[in-house]
Amino acid sequence: MKTKLFTALLLGSSVLGAAGTAHAQDVTLNIESWRNDDLAIWQEKLIPAFEAKNPGIKVVFSPSAPTEYDAALGAKLQAGSAGDLITCRPFDKSLDLYNKKNLADLTTLPGMENFSDVAKAAWTTDDGKANFCVPMASVIHGFIYNKDAFDKLGIKVPQTRDEFFAALDKIKADGTYVPMAMGTKDLWEAATMGYQNIGPNYWKGEEGRLALIKGEQKLTDADWVAPYAELAKWKPYLGDGFEAQTYPDSQNLFTLGRAAIYPSGSWEISVFNTQAQFKMGAFPPPVEKAGDTCYISDHNDIGMGLNAASKNADAAKKFLTWVASPEFATIYANALPGFFSLNSSPVKMEDPLAQEFVSWREKCKPTIRSTYQILSRGTPNLENETWVESANVINGTDTPEAAAKKLQDGLDAWYKPAK
Amino acid sequence: MAATASPKKPFRWHILVFLAPAVLVYTAIMILPLAGTLQLSLFRNIERSQTFVGLQNFRTLFGDPNWSAGFWNALRNNVWFFIVHMLVQNPIGILLAALLSSPRLRFSTFYRTAIFVPTVLSFVVVGFAWKLILSPLWGVAPNLLDLIGLKSLFTPWLGKEAYALTTLALISVWQFVGIPMMLIYAALLSIPDEVIEAAECDGVTGWSQFWKIKLPLILPAIGIISVLTFVGNFNAFDLIYSAQGALAGPNYSTDILGTFLYRAFFGFQLQVGNPNMGAAIATMMFLIILAGVCIYLFLIQTRLRRYQF
Repeated sequence: MKTKLFTALLLGSSVLGAAGTAHAQDVTLNIESWRNDDLAIWQEKLIPAFEAKNPGIKVVFSPSAPTEYDAALGAKLQAGSAGDLITCRPFDKSLDLYNKKNLADLTTLPGMENFSDVAKAAWTTDDGKANFCVPMASVIHGFIYNKDAFDKLGIKVPQTRDEFFAALDKIKADGTYVPMAMGTKDLWEAATMGYQNIGPNYWKGEEGRLALIKGEQKLTDADWVAPYAELAKWKPYLGDGFEAQTYPDSQNLFTLGRAAIYPSGSWEISVFNTQAQFKMGAFPPPVEKAGDTCYISDHNDIGMGLNAASKNADAAKKFLTWVASPEFATIYANALPGFFSLNSSPVKMEDPLAQEFVSWREKCKPTIRSTYQILSRGTPNLENETWVESANVINGTDTPEAAAKKLQDGLDAWYKPAK
Repeated sequence: MAATASPKKPFRWHILVFLAPAVLVYTAIMILPLAGTLQLSLFRNIERSQTFVGLQNFRTLFGDPNWSAGFWNALRNNVWFFIVHMLVQNPIGILLAALLSSPRLRFSTFYRTAIFVPTVLSFVVVGFAWKLILSPLWGVAPNLLDLIGLKSLFTPWLGKEAYALTTLALISVWQFVGIPMMLIYAALLSIPDEVIEAAECDGVTGWSQFWKIKLPLILPAIGIISVLTFVGNFNAFDLIYSAQGALAGPNYSTDILGTFLYRAFFGFQLQVGNPNMGAAIATMMFLIILAGVCIYLFLIQTRLRRYQF
């Protein structure tokens, strides 16, 4: 018995050993990413689809925590231990990596012609000559709501700000639901789902954003302070102890059906679809008067680039060309509803909530987050300060005017707009 | 010199051989990185190459209000963090040790272990567990307070500027109170019975015995604990990072030197890391800790009386 087992073990190990040598000739590509929520989608859908067509190339998706990604990636790149493929943050983070020669030039990569200049804008040098990441997806900001709760309370989807606050009042008076699921502990919710979500309607999207970069507008102008004034009005509608409520707390509060409205973005859709037991809908940030032009934040969020130090550059380029293909766009957009493809060829999406979000592209003017391009290059960092001040405004520890002044002072300290 | 003074004695190689492992390891993992950090703080990245700039980084750190405000805020918070530890952790540690060393206490081994266990837990576990305990949504703290009718006392402690830092300091005290307890417990056990018996003969018993006989004898141990706490607190980072994130909110109210250094060195979100400024902050932390330890060594330890039995 014992000898048999031993022989079996020996046989087994020799087979495994042989298998190991057979695979040793394969090229293995490692993907660095902050999207640890997407691990299953990469492992089960995207990577098998690529590997089936490209025998000999193995792909490993190895994400790290979103808040640690940039620091970890920077350290790994410096140490030379970073993966072959690098998931690109939009704008300066990636531009900086390109300038440091950590990211390879992808301007001539086959497949790049599938993207418009706007789609590539987030990963283009300031002079527009070189592209260094393949655009993967953008996210759209807005409000997700609990349809069952709205039906029960007889609330119509709000179009204007007055309707929005009337709806919140009604939910609060009823008392069954927390009107709005948001906390200020993690700070970024206040800035990203608050300020950057409702702001574009005030500063008129790209018009205001570009004027801010040119120095023609200031953060202390009425159009930039007004969103803070609206945020300050949110406080009474947030849950008990929202000051210590974290981002996952807010997500759970909403998906457990305890909150009615969740200020958010399309990136939540895939997580919410699996967790929420009720029907969900979405509406864009309400405008002042019915019929006003609406502006939405349609933010280039994810791209993928090539580690310039990669030893498997050819295989990695093959993979990137596939990432630029309509096939990838279709799998990705459907596996991850809420991450909208930037590919020029239209992608058919099944998810109704994702369709709702993407339909705003037709009636509203898109912009990107105001702090991302150029304005967060110095110290103090405008994006980080926006997080802190947005939370302060909602907590009531800073007035909208004081917050705006602090941000503008910080920006003035280092930013000199080109004349 | 040694060779000429006593020509017959051969060079004592064994001293070098026996010292070598410790010296080499210590140099490789402590002294070299420290020197590297000091060197890095004197350079600056200009036109993509490291250029020597002397003390410019320190001038920026203290002269530029955007940096100096953050630094002084972090230092102030750090000092408060340390004060809370000294005022809460050490007295509780001494009290627990005194209770544990009482011969009439039953199950003392159990208490000793139970109180010491949090010390060996990871910061991440402690930070996460306390975040859950204090959570206004799912935490046990609001429910427990509700049970005894004190729900009104509950506030989102970790989310309020006024309370967040003190709350975190108390969490850290909860975690580390075992260390002063153990050290003082050991010091109390090492007091010879003769001394105690002599005190009893003179009619010094109970609390007055503790104050007059035992406390002076354990003062050196308390001194060591204070230094350990000081070094630990001014190097602290993990608990704040795991509970509050790198931006140490709300409104930087829990920002200590460790998190300030982390943001400067590695960057955060859109902020690109600046290793040179980070190294300058690390150097300041090193100097602060060095100064604190020197004050202890030269001013306090030399005045402590030691007793030989």
